[in-house]
Amino acid sequence: MSTTRLNAPAPTLFRAEPAAEPTVIAPATRTVSLRPRTLWRHRELFYFLVWRDIKVRYAQTALGAAWMIFQPLAMLLVYTFAFGHLARVAIPGVPYPLFALAGLTLWIFVSRGVMLGSDSLIHNIPLVTKTSSPRILIPFAAVVAVLVDFLIALVLFLVIAAAYGRYPTWRFAFVPLLLAAAFALTLGISLLLSATNVRYRDVGQALPFIVQLWFFLSPIAYLLQTPGGHSWETVVQAINPLVGLILAFRWAVLATPPPHGLLIASLVVTAVVLVWGTLHFARLERTLADDV
Amino acid sequence: MAAPVITAQGLGKAYRIWTHGQPRSLSDRIARRRDAERQEIWALRDVDVSVERGEVLGVIGPNGAGKSTLLSVLAGITAPTTGRAEIFGRVSSLLEVGTGFHPELSGRDNVFLNGAVLGMSRSETERKFDEIVDFSGVRDFIDMPVKRYSSGMYVRLAFAVAAHLDPEILLLDEVLAVGDRAFQEKCLARIDEMTKSGRTVVFVSHDVASVARLCTHGLLLNEGRVAFYGDIDEAVTRYLSSRSLGSATTEAAVDRQGTGAVRVSSIDVRSASGGTAVHAEEPVSIRVELRGDEPIRGRRLRLQIGVHSVLGGMHVLLSTDFDPSQPLLRDDLGTTASVVCTLDELPLKPGSYYLSVWLDEPGGEVLDHLTEQSRFVILPSDYFGTGVLPSEHHIAPTLVRHTWTVSVPQQAAAEVTA
Repeated sequence: MSTTRLNAPAPTLFRAEPAAEPTVIAPATRTVSLRPRTLWRHRELFYFLVWRDIKVRYAQTALGAAWMIFQPLAMLLVYTFAFGHLARVAIPGVPYPLFALAGLTLWIFVSRGVMLGSDSLIHNIPLVTKTSSPRILIPFAAVVAVLVDFLIALVLFLVIAAAYGRYPTWRFAFVPLLLAAAFALTLGISLLLSATNVRYRDVGQALPFIVQLWFFLSPIAYLLQTPGGHSWETVVQAINPLVGLILAFRWAVLATPPPHGLLIASLVVTAVVLVWGTLHFARLERTLADDV
Repeated sequence: MAAPVITAQGLGKAYRIWTHGQPRSLSDRIARRRDAERQEIWALRDVDVSVERGEVLGVIGPNGAGKSTLLSVLAGITAPTTGRAEIFGRVSSLLEVGTGFHPELSGRDNVFLNGAVLGMSRSETERKFDEIVDFSGVRDFIDMPVKRYSSGMYVRLAFAVAAHLDPEILLLDEVLAVGDRAFQEKCLARIDEMTKSGRTVVFVSHDVASVARLCTHGLLLNEGRVAFYGDIDEAVTRYLSSRSLGSATTEAAVDRQGTGAVRVSSIDVRSASGGTAVHAEEPVSIRVELRGDEPIRGRRLRLQIGVHSVLGGMHVLLSTDFDPSQPLLRDDLGTTASVVCTLDELPLKPGSYYLSVWLDEPGGEVLDHLTEQSRFVILPSDYFGTGVLPSEHHIAPTLVRHTWTVSVPQQAAAEVTA
């Protein structure tokens, strides 16, 4: 025991010395930081945002969570009818519904994630203008909440595949990795668009069309033509990060031919989008409240 | 001496305002690329503050003075343009009640969600849950979606969550007085409690009376700059005296609402003897000058004047509606008009008062609405004609002449004489 203890000041309600680390309020700079410690401190808020997004989605619907199963099922029926029946898309070695559902499983996650993620800040304007919580949590939570839809679609796929007598193989182990890539892509696009959407609501207006166009540019309901037919097609396939991911996903669950180089291209584009989106968001984040 | 817990040096916030309205679409933005169309507005400029532990600082000033901007910057909601501030300790900012509330979720769910938004941990919210629900008084409805709540229930629950925050430093916007009268009192009492437990509080409000009641220090802002920083009474006095006395040219007033198609250009309060000091029993005339962009003739206008005490509350409302024989609808009006309201007397207790003015078209738009104008003083006088002067500390605001008659029952009188 040291003798200085005798001279210690009487305990006060708060510590006499200010907390070592003050909160610093300073102008936004060109250098951006993701502030990982701040993010960690707000992890419970993040958890509640995810939970709210999931809980609210099917509130006041008679069927509730049954919609999560019904929606991909309905999409599957529509595409099976349109592509498999009317357009007579034939897939060698794979029943068409299974082929389409494999693509849809990933597509449902990416398309919904992009739509909800891009609109997320607009739907949470009070959080932006009235609290200092890290804004990046909002699109992040929106995209995480959509993972539920992916899981349900995946279970649906496995059930239907089993009905066709097809069961997961060792390739299925790649599904989590491909999901991680799809998540990174979706988050990257959401970060890129959500902050811009606050200032220019045009983004929200244009997005449904762009997403629809993206659907048709991606080999979800149809078979990709062999690369090399038209050179511009190959370029589009390489730039569209979904092409490689869909092909790889289908390879993982249905043992269709592997995507080879297209997956590499997809991963590169995904990485670029994620880094770009994160930097863009972090740069706008600190004055986002002024743009509302 | 206690160390400051909030220090700010040279804090400034500039907004770039489009001179012809904000572009709302990308094409609009591209078409107006030139920066010449943008103007820099400093909402906050060179603000130096040093708030000590336990200080309850009231930030006051007219609308547009930068009060809310200062709070937003200190709360970390938006980054300042210049300067730097440091905050030592756990901060909670409360700029709105019920931030993050979702109408589809139950009251219970929203308490947890809002708690997380305000920075409470899940376990902390769980611990305080019963207290919060009891405070709000909506226990019977706690598992019902809040969209089915009345607006009163909604704000009570929202405030209840906020009232159970336990920060070292609290940044508070004038969100407090919510709900019905009884609940407002409960809110103010709770805030009183929160401010008196040694917390450091920065409190922004329009309501000078509640600032005077709650705060120990005052920061008077004017056009984004610090006009005064120090003792709360001094700050309030300066603020009120910066609002013009008696007569006011209101053409340049910024804190006004309404379309402005017809504006109140000046307000003048005079006693019968011609001064701005009024005695309760004297006639008072209030002259209001109106100015329109176009001739006012043919517009049916309604002018209403409220008399407010400095400590809050409107005591008298004068309205052209009460005298249909003199409508503000005349064909000989040009772009200006002068309206005089004469009061036989203004029987209020001595003290400082100010006027608010509304000009509108009944059932239509508000043309001009000004608050806290034309401060004037009612001096102590022999209103009752008894030689006993009502004082400033009289408990009720309004004076009414009255007589007392004391009568003694016959039997009692007989007893006395006997």
